Amino acid sequence: MTIRNVFVIPTVLFLIVFNVFPLLYSLGYSFTDFRASTKDPANFIGLKNYTDLLSDPFIWRNFTITAHYVMVSVVGQVIVGFGLALLLNRQMPFKGLLTTLLLLPMMLSMAVVGLFWKLLYDPNFGIINYVLGLGRFEWLADPDFALYAVALTDIWMWSPFVMLLSLAGLSAVPKHLYEAAAIDRAGRFYTFFRITLPLVAPILLIAIIFRTMEAFKTFDLAYVMTSQPTTEVVSIRLYKMAFQEWQTGKSCALAYIVLIMVLCITNVYVKYLNKAKER
Amino acid sequence: MAVVSSSGQRLGNRVAIAAVVVITIIFLLPIYWIGSTAFKPRNLATTAPPTIVFQPEISPFVKLFTKRVQLKPNEKIDVANAPWWEQMIFAGGERISRTGKGEIQLSGYPDRFINSLIVAITSTVLAVGMGTITAYGFSRFKVKGEADLLFFILSTRMLPPIVVAIPMFLMYRAAGLNDSHLGLIILYTAFNVSFAVWLMKGFIDEIPREYEEAALVDGYTRLEAFRKIVLPEAATGIAATAVFCFITAWNEYAFALILTNKKAQTAPPFIPSQIGSGLPDWTVIAAGTFLFLLPVAIFTFLLRNHLLRGMSFGAIRK
Repeated sequence: MTIRNVFVIPTVLFLIVFNVFPLLYSLGYSFTDFRASTKDPANFIGLKNYTDLLSDPFIWRNFTITAHYVMVSVVGQVIVGFGLALLLNRQMPFKGLLTTLLLLPMMLSMAVVGLFWKLLYDPNFGIINYVLGLGRFEWLADPDFALYAVALTDIWMWSPFVMLLSLAGLSAVPKHLYEAAAIDRAGRFYTFFRITLPLVAPILLIAIIFRTMEAFKTFDLAYVMTSQPTTEVVSIRLYKMAFQEWQTGKSCALAYIVLIMVLCITNVYVKYLNKAKER
Repeated sequence: MAVVSSSGQRLGNRVAIAAVVVITIIFLLPIYWIGSTAFKPRNLATTAPPTIVFQPEISPFVKLFTKRVQLKPNEKIDVANAPWWEQMIFAGGERISRTGKGEIQLSGYPDRFINSLIVAITSTVLAVGMGTITAYGFSRFKVKGEADLLFFILSTRMLPPIVVAIPMFLMYRAAGLNDSHLGLIILYTAFNVSFAVWLMKGFIDEIPREYEEAALVDGYTRLEAFRKIVLPEAATGIAATAVFCFITAWNEYAFALILTNKKAQTAPPFIPSQIGSGLPDWTVIAAGTFLFLLPVAIFTFLLRNHLLRGMSFGAIRK
């Protein structure tokens, strides 16, 4: 054993024991009808859990809801976050203070944020309806609107993240390009679409992939804020299947389907991270 | 930046600055609202329209820490001799519940808060310790399959918590680790160590190798060089990484919800569970939330120059 192994191997072993081993454990259970709430032994049932899940229209509905949520919240975050970065990308008084204040929401606990947004959204005494003059608008109790209300909270929390990365991208655009564009009397739109956007795009893409992955995994916010069937994203379905209905074997199979999807997104993400590092 | 600063541009700048200020105020409104609710008398917390101007009081915090019972209609209380904080409770038509020996009974909150501190601090120390050592290994030596190992280390953090929680629950149940501090500490350490490796590798890469090489020539062993040269140089990076790990563990909800229920329960699953039945006292919930968010808000300010780096796993450094 050489000195280099002393530095690396313990952590890798630790992660194998506490991350890889549990996953192999649940892979085994995903081929059984095991229920953790009973003492019955697990019976091997082959791929039945997987075929059941993939042909279950309700599970597909959970995936559709998740996709919808990911789209609304990521698009919202990119618009608000990138817009804020464009506004902040100039000399201004108290810039550092304003930026730090804007970044505060993303550092907070999602479960606790979800809880206090319930107070803000309250149809009777919530501050949001009061400020916007919406009367008694039901943000979370309306089954058709609840998902958007949760996404809006997510946008509030995570636009600052997109802003932070976009600002880094914007400040790295060489100033002489803008000077050259000004000398050539290029219009604002031309400058934006031909200089700013292409140069910021790689970092913006990292932000988008990262947020997509996080939104796909979302659990805390939606679980704390509502219990509508229309906001039952995949993670919530998984939680209910495993810890309320105690279909342990089947939930392990669903967990594997989700895992494969996340690994695909992660792969793309890491590729872009490494590209960004090389620049 | 501009070659010629025209009056139109200056006007545009002013509009942008005004817009930023307005948006910042809108962004902070939710946080202000929870903070202000924590200092409201109960009857003003849920009024329609919402009460904006009020006389702040700290009774919600007294209620947060104590167990209370309703005063009976003809119950005699010694208001004059009670301490000031107990008088606040009497004013709300309640009294603090006491044990037979007259000791004050605490609510569930302080224990949850202490659990959060124990779990977050211990797991941070472990994750940053392991992460720094491993990052040094990756930074200074050629490790076989380095890119794959780093990807593996990162991917463990990308999994949805519920996916990992199902087998963990079964294994912990078999090992008797459910609802224990140790169980959560191990899990949060595993969760944070990958992050610590990625972030610390960036910080250590920036320390010139020549420093250690000089020390090695002077007869230091590799471990001595690591301890006496690299660690002091990496102190800022270690501090920033530690704060990030602490915040992640402090905020974590899903694992804590599934793997703890009473003894080792942390604050994130406890705080939302308070609005289970009946009319919730939002001032008390807001007070609990306020105290819970305060450390994170302070850390965010201390960390402001490292936020970009931490949030991008060390990929973007400016």
